[in-house]
Amino acid sequence: MRLIDSNTIIEAVSKNVSDINFIIAPDILSFFKNAKTDKEEKNFLNILVENSEIADSKRIALCQDTGIVIVFAKVGTEITLDRDLQSLLDEAVRKGYQDNYLRKSVVSDPLERKNTGDNAPVILHIEIVSGDVFELWIMAKGGGSENASALWMLDPADGEQGIVDNIVSRIKEKGANCCPPLLLGIGVGGDMEECALLAKKSLFRKIGERNPIQRYSNLEKKILEEVNSLGIGVGGFGGQLTAMDVFIESAPCHIASMPVALNVGCHSTRHCVVRL
Amino acid sequence: MKKLTLPLSKKDIQGLQLGELVYLSGTLFSARDNTHQKLINMINNGEELPVKLEGASIYYMGPTPPKVGVVCGSAGPTTSSRMDRYTSALLDKGLKVMIGKGNRSEEVKTSIKRNNAIYFSTIGGAGAYLADRIKKMQSIASPEFGPEAIYQIDVEFFPVIVSYK
Repeated sequence: MRLIDSNTIIEAVSKNVSDINFIIAPDILSFFKNAKTDKEEKNFLNILVENSEIADSKRIALCQDTGIVIVFAKVGTEITLDRDLQSLLDEAVRKGYQDNYLRKSVVSDPLERKNTGDNAPVILHIEIVSGDVFELWIMAKGGGSENASALWMLDPADGEQGIVDNIVSRIKEKGANCCPPLLLGIGVGGDMEECALLAKKSLFRKIGERNPIQRYSNLEKKILEEVNSLGIGVGGFGGQLTAMDVFIESAPCHIASMPVALNVGCHSTRHCVVRL
Repeated sequence: MKKLTLPLSKKDIQGLQLGELVYLSGTLFSARDNTHQKLINMINNGEELPVKLEGASIYYMGPTPPKVGVVCGSAGPTTSSRMDRYTSALLDKGLKVMIGKGNRSEEVKTSIKRNNAIYFSTIGGAGAYLADRIKKMQSIASPEFGPEAIYQIDVEFFPVIVSYK
């Protein structure tokens, strides 16, 4: 068995969850710099490049919505912890968000709406795996992009077109609200919550990383093309660049079902992986 | 480059074209979901508001906390449509300028026209870039809402795009 000390986890998580709010993902920055767009969209992309430079050099958050923290933990059967993971991660987030002047964007109750004041609790999903692996896949997720997300329990006969139509129509309605150019995470199959989890996890992929199954990689390209034909554009100010990429993940499902979930990522989609 | 000073006059608003990029300087107030609800409750109860709505400019924004010695934290726009349900009542009380991101409802668009008001979008997710254009910021009401408090904000050359008028 391998013991991972609480303080090691708290230090690593508080540092990484803060850094992702100041340093833009390299694949997104490279996309901003290299995208082929018209002049007006390029001007907005240049502002986003400048935004990332100011954020990095002054340690001021890329976006004022520094997100609610979501963690997918992979914990090996040979790993021992000296405290429960939820309280460890909550402590790490409290420390990271307080020490680094990040916004506290969590309310303790959806109807009472009182701010917890420390950005805890973390939303935690735990997967037990074999070996001595300990990985924390961390995301700081903004509200604007999360609010544009959606889930549909489609009929099997709706097929690929059903997926395309629902996703495109959702982006048509909400795309301008959630800071385009977007990353679209899509889960297909599983059950209601499994497809939502797949959609969220797919946002950890890098721009250009295709689903290895041809059918799904073709579908990713088709959805990207259709979404970019909507005319929403960078910042929602009109143009051909509404989404940077589309990521689909699939899973087996019930004979009667075809669940589809869309999790929208903004142009500051923030995530990291901590391996200890 | 078109530059205007807040508060905007009727003539200022009339002179703007949809889609035009404008740089605003002057004073505005931040307000988000909770503070909008509170303002509406106060209006309904006949209470005195913490901000003067006549001619006012509201920025839909909740900042990150400022570091010591720094004017403000990251300060980009939040999604305007969440404020749609409150907006007509505020426009009818004299609100003239709104700054946020994304689309507005048909009801709000009608109310904007009726009140000779204007809705600007600014660049969502560019919180660090926009913070550089904020010269002063102080919490003036509802500190209990944390980042959703009402802040008074002085901006200089703050870039916005005319979205509805």
